[in-house]
Amino acid sequence: MEFLPWLILLSPLASAACILLFAHRSKALSVTLSLAAVLTAFGATVALLAAGSQTVASSVTWINLGPALHLTIGLKVDALTRVMLLVVTGIGALVHIYSTVYMAEDEGKSRFFGSLSLFMFSMLGIVLADSLTMIFIFWELVGVSSFLLIGHWFTKESAAKAANKAFLTNRIGDFGFMSGILLVWAATGAVGFDAVQQNMAKLTANPALLTLAALCLFCGAVGKSAQVPLHVWLPDAMEGPTPVSALIHAATMVAAGVYMLARLFFLFAPSPDALTVIAAIGVVTALLAALMATQQDDIKRILAYSTLSQLGFMVAAIGCQAPGSAMFHLFTHAFFKALLFLGAGAVIHGLHHEQNIWKMGGLRKTMPKTFLTFAIGTLALTGAPFLAGFFSKDAILLAAYNKGPLFFFPLLLSAVLTAFYMTRLVVVAFFGEAYHPTGHGHSKDHGHDGPAAMTVPLLILAALSVIAGYGFFAEPIFGHDLFHTAHSLATFSAAGVLEYVDAPHVALVPMLAVGAFVLGTLGAWMLYSGKAKDPVRIPLFANRFYIDEAYAALIAGSQEMLASVSDWVDRYLIDGVLVRGIAGLTWGTGYALRLLQLGNIQGYAFIFGAGVVVLLFLLNK
Amino acid sequence: MLTTLLLVPIVTAIALLLGFGNRSWAKASALVQLALTLFVWSGYDQTLGGYQFVSASEPLFAGLDLRFSLGVDGLSLLLLLLTGLVTVAAVWMSPKIEKRANLFDGSVLLISAGAAGAFLAKDAFFMYAFHELALIPTFLLIGYWGSGERQNVAWKVTIFLAVGSIVLLAGLVDLYLAIPAALRSFDLQKLQEVAAQHLIPATAQVRPWLLLTAGFGILISLFPFHSWAAPAYASAPTPVAMLHSGVLKKFGLYGIIRLVVPFLPEAFKQPVWGNCTAQDLLLGLLLCNILYIGLVTIAQRKLDYVIGYSSVMHMGYVFLGIASMNLIGLSGACLLMFSHGLSVAALFAVSGAIREREGSLNFERLGGAAKAVPYLAICFALATFASIGLPGFSNFASETLVFFGGFQNGASTFLKTATILALWGVVISAVYMLRAYKAVFLGEKTTAAAKWTDLDGSARFALAALPLALLLAGFFPQYFLGYLKPTLEAALR
Repeated sequence: MEFLPWLILLSPLASAACILLFAHRSKALSVTLSLAAVLTAFGATVALLAAGSQTVASSVTWINLGPALHLTIGLKVDALTRVMLLVVTGIGALVHIYSTVYMAEDEGKSRFFGSLSLFMFSMLGIVLADSLTMIFIFWELVGVSSFLLIGHWFTKESAAKAANKAFLTNRIGDFGFMSGILLVWAATGAVGFDAVQQNMAKLTANPALLTLAALCLFCGAVGKSAQVPLHVWLPDAMEGPTPVSALIHAATMVAAGVYMLARLFFLFAPSPDALTVIAAIGVVTALLAALMATQQDDIKRILAYSTLSQLGFMVAAIGCQAPGSAMFHLFTHAFFKALLFLGAGAVIHGLHHEQNIWKMGGLRKTMPKTFLTFAIGTLALTGAPFLAGFFSKDAILLAAYNKGPLFFFPLLLSAVLTAFYMTRLVVVAFFGEAYHPTGHGHSKDHGHDGPAAMTVPLLILAALSVIAGYGFFAEPIFGHDLFHTAHSLATFSAAGVLEYVDAPHVALVPMLAVGAFVLGTLGAWMLYSGKAKDPVRIPLFANRFYIDEAYAALIAGSQEMLASVSDWVDRYLIDGVLVRGIAGLTWGTGYALRLLQLGNIQGYAFIFGAGVVVLLFLLNK
Repeated sequence: MLTTLLLVPIVTAIALLLGFGNRSWAKASALVQLALTLFVWSGYDQTLGGYQFVSASEPLFAGLDLRFSLGVDGLSLLLLLLTGLVTVAAVWMSPKIEKRANLFDGSVLLISAGAAGAFLAKDAFFMYAFHELALIPTFLLIGYWGSGERQNVAWKVTIFLAVGSIVLLAGLVDLYLAIPAALRSFDLQKLQEVAAQHLIPATAQVRPWLLLTAGFGILISLFPFHSWAAPAYASAPTPVAMLHSGVLKKFGLYGIIRLVVPFLPEAFKQPVWGNCTAQDLLLGLLLCNILYIGLVTIAQRKLDYVIGYSSVMHMGYVFLGIASMNLIGLSGACLLMFSHGLSVAALFAVSGAIREREGSLNFERLGGAAKAVPYLAICFALATFASIGLPGFSNFASETLVFFGGFQNGASTFLKTATILALWGVVISAVYMLRAYKAVFLGEKTTAAAKWTDLDGSARFALAALPLALLLAGFFPQYFLGYLKPTLEAALR
């Protein structure tokens, strides 16, 4: 049993290493290795799930400096891990298969699949980690594989820029994450999840410290899960190939922040202040991103803002003390958002890299399979009753309802907007007449469904988007017995039906949620049906509240200015005055040496020799 | 054994200086040096710890315990391995030399020999002397084969390092005289035992601490004594930049761990000015190295200056590990000396190769090199990832230890604060390194770059060995830490 988690973790690493070291010359070999690795990981995950629900743990020493510091690379498999393993390896496998077609003609195919394997390794490391330091290690590695994949088409200036932006924004979050780890270690003397949990009393004894540490750790999630104010990197990350957007920037990596919050929930739960901050950030992200999504024209960017918004829902759920609901939404969202991205990829692939929805239109006829699956994904995302998203979003709304109206109503509004912007996308891109640059007639090649390697993953994901809400795959996590202190509002139950604990007004919330779905869908349908260009223009939303511009100004005004000033100080003050001052002192020596026709080297040798003489004299006296 | 290890580069260098042979001699010497280092490594019994392979002459002067003696412990072994790896890469990555090629290669070997001697010497006097020996060819190479304002730069470096050496010498003498007369010795092993008896009163530790920290500090480019470093590395020929920034600069840190940490531990807690303790002073300076120099690095627009300043910046992390004065921090500092040495050498190797092809390292003139020279680009990317502290590379393991060291029980509030501030430096270093990587390697290929040829032949292996060693040590840091532990525990006793 113990070897299965290691097999899951290490097979993608082996693939990445082989591709880097020798297989990169052969595209076919690289693809085969990468596919074999992800399928091995998926198979091992299935075997692990089949083997039952006991907790598996094993570890090796990474650094051991005695009792003070013992860092291990340890794997821990419990219910939470198993859910994530299934998501990551399952969707990972589908995306790998899809990519063999999508990236077929790419000259950097080997590099692409090598990076994909590196990503799988890093992501699985986060999922399997049993300590803060180990999760941080893989956290950073996920960052670099994301950097490599966003910048896959690195000759494009915009892609290279987006890759740097993603890495650096994440680094800012990781600064907080590491600070939090240090604070926790200093207080509890431990970094292992279990050990920290056992020593929580040392942290709870100092509530201010606990809140500070919790918020520092949360910074890591803010970066990785692209929450306001560090959300700016995710839309730009759409510069990467679309399968990457599906796997990394929708289903898995960006969900890592939520996973980490759920994993460390024992640390957040005793700090009400930290929970409120987390909930607030999640709500703000959900609402702002949904507003931005309503005015985007690029199909991938709409989905990216949608991802931001849904991640906001999940983070809000953590803050509302419902980690179970957060994980439930993470689970369902992974399927339908991966589906939507892969569908968008099929559209982009079919339309020769057209990404503007206003230049699509009528795709339901030319790409029927893509349309069908995309529509299912949309319904699942927008919360159509009895599809996956309905259940999970409902659980979060209920948690927010119990937290307070300030959290509930913005999320409800976000749900309306979700239905609105997704319906807008579908109506504009798939319905109506096919776009033609001259305004009339049909273009010859207006899209076609992809080959089986592209459509089969879409169909599988569509099926999952329908049924994932019924919880066939999951076992109870965050049940009552797990957390006595944190009363989790919604939990998975073995039967797969949501089990509400302690939740008043059950009926009202789902009714409002259905209302939100109907309102948003109908509104967008009426507004956009049959339109050739956007009848509404809201520059504030289209320009993402000018946050990117504000950051650019902030960076120019702080970092760049400080850098220029420091450079000037260094050049003219430190080097100019200080050094020339010292040089002036020794100038006498230098002048004397030059008089003696001695150059630098000889001069130096002279000083050295004189030093030795003086030394021997001093020591002998 | 150690004598042979030392004599190989020296004898080869002398032969080359006398006009015999050619570069393949230098290559052979570098390989033999590395092979002997690995042989010594494998022969060292880590479970015993302490000095091994010891050889010593009779006292050279009557009345002084000064001998020509060699020996290795875990720390010197690690630095010897660093020397061996960087020397091989440096010789292979040396540019084609038109005039007096043998003098060039011989001098490069002498730098390596000097560094190896400094780490091998079991006698404080020879440790100092070997370092000085290595500096002389450094100046020569910058002044004669350097680029840009090489004469001025060589002169500036000479003045700086000479002043540093004199201050250091004063500090060494001060420390020597602070030891009770009967126990005075130059032997590092004996000194270790003397230090463990804590015979120097706390208040008397401050002056030698200041002199030694300043003296070593100048050699390590501790703020504000750093302004020689970036111009020197930018001007220096590729192998010199690699060897000095990668290996020779570590001598100062080595000296601090060998002498300051064991002899003057109380000084760290003594006030030097008002309420400010020596530790606070050091923390203030190293924060300047990390944050202020980090910002200066962001402002640079030439690849070699970015690397040069980044190397100054990273010295701040080593100092932070030392300033924490505990096993965790010092282990991090030592492993970081090794890691930084390899990564900065790889960065300078690639930047030198680009300069050889383009003639300039200005960002405006570069771009898209990843298409033109993919092998160099991958090596540079790996070294960049190492240098910004990405997990998997030993730089990450080292920096993590340094940060944990700064937070260990008993750490002062200022030490903790400094550690958090230093952590911000990790963001800064990512900013400038990724920006530099993008400017040089990403984007559209420049027209000039279309004509470049990629690195080929055995040089590929010599260069790739550096990032591969970093990965190895990053995955299995415990193996290396096991070698360091006895030495550091003895120093902290």
